[in-house]
Amino acid sequence: MKMVAPPALEVAGLDIIFGHGAKANHAVQDVSFRVESGGAFGLIGESGSGKSTVLRAVSGLNTHYHGDILLHRQVLPPVRDKGFFRRTQMVFQDPYASLHPRKMVNQVLLEPLIIHKLGRPQQRVDEVLDAVGLDPSFRFRYPHQLSGGQRQRVAIARCLILEPEILLLDEPTSALDVSVQAEILNLLHRLRSERRLTYVMVSHDLAVVAHLCERIAIMNGGKFVEELSVGDLRAGRATQPYSQALLAATHYRPASPEEVTV
Amino acid sequence: MAEPLLSVRDLRIAFPSPAGLVEAVRGVSFNVGREKLGIVGESGSGKSMTGRALLKLTPKAAQVTAARLDFAGIDLNAASERRMRGIRGGRISMIMQDPKYSLNPLMRVGSQIAEACRLHQRVGAREAAAKSLAMLEAVHIREPKRVFDLYPHEVSGGMGQRIMIAMMLVTGPDLIIADEPTSALDVTVRRQVLSILDELVTQQGAGLIFISHDLNLVAEFCDRVLVMYAGRIVEELHARDLHAARHPYTQALLRSLPRLEAPVSQLAVPTRDPAWRDGPTYRLEASS
Repeated sequence: MKMVAPPALEVAGLDIIFGHGAKANHAVQDVSFRVESGGAFGLIGESGSGKSTVLRAVSGLNTHYHGDILLHRQVLPPVRDKGFFRRTQMVFQDPYASLHPRKMVNQVLLEPLIIHKLGRPQQRVDEVLDAVGLDPSFRFRYPHQLSGGQRQRVAIARCLILEPEILLLDEPTSALDVSVQAEILNLLHRLRSERRLTYVMVSHDLAVVAHLCERIAIMNGGKFVEELSVGDLRAGRATQPYSQALLAATHYRPASPEEVTV
Repeated sequence: MAEPLLSVRDLRIAFPSPAGLVEAVRGVSFNVGREKLGIVGESGSGKSMTGRALLKLTPKAAQVTAARLDFAGIDLNAASERRMRGIRGGRISMIMQDPKYSLNPLMRVGSQIAEACRLHQRVGAREAAAKSLAMLEAVHIREPKRVFDLYPHEVSGGMGQRIMIAMMLVTGPDLIIADEPTSALDVTVRRQVLSILDELVTQQGAGLIFISHDLNLVAEFCDRVLVMYAGRIVEELHARDLHAARHPYTQALLRSLPRLEAPVSQLAVPTRDPAWRDGPTYRLEASS
């Protein structure tokens, strides 16, 4: 792989342990990866493989980790400052749970602007709504008046209004229908090229990750099993047995009886 | 199909609203034999409502009418609530989407399965427990004896879904309605759950209605597929012919899926044509 752009985000030797002593759960073990500026990196794995835990550590939601997370070659402190949150934003899985039910879209979008003391608030709100493909009239709607796809658009708009460089996507489409999923994936694709965004995306759907990302890591039991390019993934050139099994599992044909074990 | 297990004609479900009646399901007709029938559609297409109406589990406000709702010689339309209680869980059972919300959190797993068994069959407590244990084994749960005494919060999502399946199948129903049974599960666990469902349906010779929004899954798992749009069935086809779908909506849904083997820079977003609301239904020639 040619390294044209310097890494925007780098994770080196990340270890995350929950609990103490005998009950300690080593959720993430020695995970390292780098994402160049404008690149997209995907993490795939089953639930419990630690993929979301990695993302939460990168986003600053979990401050108890060992190892280094670097933004533009600067090691980040575990407790991040406000400037970091302006440059890095996260889109969550469930748009039904991530928007405040009693705040109108306008308030939801204004809040980050107030926190970060940015000027021209109403103008920015209109611009960002336009960028995610929503009409300005949506400003005065409550989340319950929006469909799932529209809610996810508002959640994306809330991140983009701060003009971040890095977007962390935690299963952004798994709560949505297939037709709406296509809309959101197209939107993310367009925004990335328009705004030179860097993506780190977590999903258990191989096809979704392959659609957006160039580099993909497969996780199991808190470790990286394999990191490969999207071309290798599409061609089925996985070398590790676990990755091959995961690739095979994306077909829903009933497994043979000997494969069915708990 | 010589004798359909379930036959539905002109099923309509409407909800009163300030702006008048809103029809969620508008004239759905289909037959189910001893086969795997898939119902696909996006949210709001009425697929779940159709499944619930078969068991009369629609919300109180819903107005359900059907020209015919016939299950193995029983007219479900006219059946009393008392009669329905015997059918629900006994002869038609329903597997819900999320085991977290459909298992009783205060009852041990084993007792819940045994309860279903005792309610519908004349068996003693000991026999019911033995049957439940055998059923847990049938859904490939390792150490069924240990799991029997666990509470629902102590089991994983995939195991919970298998426990649900065990509970639904212990009574040996003739028809199983599975409403998005694998949407809350991982790809690898999903495959296990589907295999188990497939195995048990084939063994017991039951009919299965499989409701899902995942076209590929339905295409690979079911025998026959109904595609619903805005409360109507717009297309009926054999699962193996799904990729030769004729209705523009089905074609659009298929195109909107990202595919591993065929990368595209822009996914096709289904456009909706108001004419589809009342447009023609593409049926298979053989069935009505």
